[in-house]
Amino acid sequence: MTTHDLTATVDARNLSCPMPIVRTAQQMKTIASGQLIEVLATDPGSLKDFSAWTRSTGNTLVEQTQENGVFHFIIRRA
Amino acid sequence: MTAPTLSTPDEIFVPPTVATLMEAQAAPEVAQKQLVIINWSSEYDRIMPTLIMATTAAASGLTCSVFITFWGLLPFVKDQKRITGDNWMQKMLSAMQRPGIHHLKMSKMNFMGMGPWMIGQLSKQLNVSSPVELLEAAQMLGVEFIPCQMTMDMFGLKRDDMIEGLGEPAGAATVIELMTQPGTASLFI
Repeated sequence: MTTHDLTATVDARNLSCPMPIVRTAQQMKTIASGQLIEVLATDPGSLKDFSAWTRSTGNTLVEQTQENGVFHFIIRRA
Repeated sequence: MTAPTLSTPDEIFVPPTVATLMEAQAAPEVAQKQLVIINWSSEYDRIMPTLIMATTAAASGLTCSVFITFWGLLPFVKDQKRITGDNWMQKMLSAMQRPGIHHLKMSKMNFMGMGPWMIGQLSKQLNVSSPVELLEAAQMLGVEFIPCQMTMDMFGLKRDDMIEGLGEPAGAATVIELMTQPGTASLFI
């Protein structure tokens, strides 16, 4: 896993749909275009949801990893 | 009077034409996607998808409007309101069907409130958001809830009976206009 210059982290572990997306969208408003956000989630649906959400919003899913049942997304704001 | 001379073409100010101004203003509208939901029901198992789709649409950058009509108005009545309306029929309707987001029944397996209670317990165990939390999130994300004027009148509901932050009451023509805009998805829940 490469290290990224993260501006914010969203801890959405143990949250169910649609809260990981809702929290991320809210946090996204606080960062500038081009900055990176990190999201931690345990909802298995988030794997498909975060790639769909980045496609609808135009943000970029930079990295997506999984470790001990925790999904880890790095997203760049458009 | 002589016209000022300009050294490079870059300095020449070209006034924008009406067409280019209109294009600049119209461009974001074309790109804007929209979700319109008709929320007809006051049942827990329908309010949940309404609120989940609405919050997710708003979180995905879509404009989202939820037209709340008929039974669908009741979850948007203030929780502390018990009896609403002016005449005995309106009052009896609210007595038979308690309004408020905390008082949702289920369309099946209600069993005098046992069903919603069990779903509530399971939701807590599995960290599924409650309708109250989802409604808060929807309002924070800018989802517009438009009450139906006609059914508000029929139930005898006043603006003061309804929760804060709702849009102006409107009718079917308003919803049709929203639904027929390009880039719009519509749901009846």
